[in-house]
Amino acid sequence: MTRLAATGLQLAYERRVVAEDLGVEIPDGSFTVIVGPNACGKSTLLKALARTLRPRSGSVLLDGKDIREVPAKTVARTLGLLPQSSIAPDGITVADLVARGRYPHQGLLRQWSANDEEVVQQSMLATGVADLATAFVDELSGGQRQRVWIAMALAQQTPLLLLDEPTTYLDIAHQLDVLDLCARLHSDAEHTLVAVLHDLNQAARYATHLIAMRDGRIVAEGKPAEIVTAALIEEVFGLPCRVVECPETGAPLVIPAARRAVLSGHPLVALDHGSGSNLAP
Amino acid sequence: MTVIRTGTVSVRLRPRSVLAGVVVLAVAVGCALLLLSTGDYPLSPDAALKAVLGSGTPADAYIVQELRAPRVVTALLAGAALALAGAIFQALTRNPLGSPDVLGFTQGSAAGALLAIVVAGGGSLTLAAGALVGGIVTGAGIYLLAVRHGTHGNHLVLVGIGVAAVLTGVNGYLFTRAEITDASRAMLWLTGSLDGRGWEDALPLLGVLAVVGPIVLFGLSRPLSALALGDDQALALGVRVTPVRVSLLGAAVLLCSAAAAAAGPVAFVALTAPQVARRITGDPGPNLLSSLLVGAALMTSADLAAQRLVPGRDLPVGVLTGILGGAYLVWLLAARRRFAGGGRS
Repeated sequence: MTRLAATGLQLAYERRVVAEDLGVEIPDGSFTVIVGPNACGKSTLLKALARTLRPRSGSVLLDGKDIREVPAKTVARTLGLLPQSSIAPDGITVADLVARGRYPHQGLLRQWSANDEEVVQQSMLATGVADLATAFVDELSGGQRQRVWIAMALAQQTPLLLLDEPTTYLDIAHQLDVLDLCARLHSDAEHTLVAVLHDLNQAARYATHLIAMRDGRIVAEGKPAEIVTAALIEEVFGLPCRVVECPETGAPLVIPAARRAVLSGHPLVALDHGSGSNLAP
Repeated sequence: MTVIRTGTVSVRLRPRSVLAGVVVLAVAVGCALLLLSTGDYPLSPDAALKAVLGSGTPADAYIVQELRAPRVVTALLAGAALALAGAIFQALTRNPLGSPDVLGFTQGSAAGALLAIVVAGGGSLTLAAGALVGGIVTGAGIYLLAVRHGTHGNHLVLVGIGVAAVLTGVNGYLFTRAEITDASRAMLWLTGSLDGRGWEDALPLLGVLAVVGPIVLFGLSRPLSALALGDDQALALGVRVTPVRVSLLGAAVLLCSAAAAAAGPVAFVALTAPQVARRITGDPGPNLLSSLLVGAALMTSADLAAQRLVPGRDLPVGVLTGILGGAYLVWLLAARRRFAGGGRS
C-alpha cells in the first residue's frame, strides 16, 4: 500500500455521478499526472484525494488510514494542495501569503518560530520569488502569481503535494516554468506530486507515472513511454493520432492526425457574426 | 515585522499595526474621558477621574457613575461589538460590503424590537430582548437559506440582501400599525441612540463581549485568515472549514444583536470600522483586534460630536455614524486609493 491511495470511490456532484468504484494508488516518490478528456473525472478524483470533495462511498487512505478520520491539521502536514483557484486577499505581500502556508505547523502560542521564517525564505528561493517578497500579490503577472502559490504550498512542507491544473491561464513558457519547478521538487526534494494536466505532451514529458481516465474509469496507468500509444489516445480522447519520439526528450509525443480528411464532406456553415452562431460543423 | 520569541512562545507583530492600535485606543479613551467630564455639569478631569475611582464628592460620583459612565461604556462596547462583527462578516464573505447592515441582521434586530414595541408594548428591556432575538433568528434564517449552496462569499451577501428587503417591508408595516408615541420611540431606537443608557444596557453587552471576544480573537482569528484564501485552500491548510465558519457566523450574529439590543442598530460602524482598520494598519489580515478598537473609537467620538455639535440639542449617535461612515465610504469608493501604499513593515 502506498502513502496515498483510494478504494471503491463513488464520486458525484449533486445529481451527476462522475465515477463508480474507482480505486487508485499513487506510487510513492512519483510525479503522477492524471490526464483525460473534459468531464472524465480527473479533477474530481484529485479533489477527492485532497478531501475537498467528500466521496459518496469508498475512502481515501493516507498512510493506511481513512483521511476523514485523521485530524485536519495532521493531514495538512502530510498532504498539500494547490487548488485551481485561490483568493489572494487585497493588499497582501508575497512574503505574507507564503507565510500563511505555515498554518498547520503553528498554534496560538507558536505563531512564528525561527523555523517558520527559515522555511518561508527557502520556499521563496526555491520558486524564484524571493526578490518579490515585499511586492503585492495582486500586482504580479499570472506566472509569478502561480509560483507564489506554489511557494505557499511548499512552505507547508508536505511530502505529498496535489496540483489541480497548475498551468491553466499561463502562456507556454510559464507553463513549462511551472512544470520544471514541479519536476525539480520531485527529483531534488523527493516530493510525491500528483497533478491534473490538460496538455498530453506536457504530461508525457514530465510525468514519471501517467494515469489516463475516461468516463470516471482509469483506462491505463504506468510510465508514459510504456502506455502512450496511438491506440490508447484514440480510446481515451477519441482522437486519431500518431505517437512519435520527442526529438528533445525522447518522451512520447502525440501528433493529432490531420483533420481535413475527417471533415471532408462537411462544408463549414457560413458564419453569421451578428447573431453569435456557433462553429459546430 | 518584529518577532518576539521566548521558549515555546513565538509571536510576530507589525510595528505599524501596534502603533495604529495604540493611537486608536488613545482616541477612544480620550473621547470617553471627555464624555465623562464634560456636559451640563462640567467636571475637571481630576474630579472626573476621582469620581470614577469612587473617591470624589457624592454628587460627582452620582453624575459620573450613574449617568455618564453607563452611556460611555455602552458606546465603547457597542462600537467594539459592531466592528468585530463587521470584520468577521467582511472576512467570511470576502466582500467589503458584507456587513450586518447589508446582510439583513440589522433589519432582523429592528423587526424584533418593533414587534416588542408594537405588539408587546414593552419597555426598554422587552425592546432589547426583541432586538437580540430578532437578530439571532434572522441570522439562523439566513444561514439556513444560504447553506444549501454554500455559506460563503457573494451567495451569503445576496441571500442577506433579499432577507433585508423582506424585513424592511415588514418593518414598514409594523410602523403603520404603531401608535404615534410608540412609532417615534421605535424611530429613535432605529436611528441608534445612547440617550439614557444605564448599566442594565451596558452589562449584558459586556458579558457577551467578554465571552465571545476572546474566543474570536484568540481561537478563530487564525483560521479566519486561512479561510480568506478560499475554502479549498483553507482546508488544504488544515482548517475545519464548516465548523469554523458556523462558529464565526454565530459569534458575529451574537455580537451585532447584543450591540443592537443595547444601542440600537447604529448605522455604518460595522461596515466602516474594518475598512478604516485595514487602511491604518496596512494589514491584509482580518484585522479583528484593530477593527474592534476602531469601532470603539468611532462610536465614542461620534457620541461626543452628537452631544456637543449642536449646543443644547443632543443628536442620536446613529445620525453621526451614518453621516461620518457614509461619507467616508463614498470618499473611499470615489478616491479608490490603495490603502497599503508605502505602508509595508
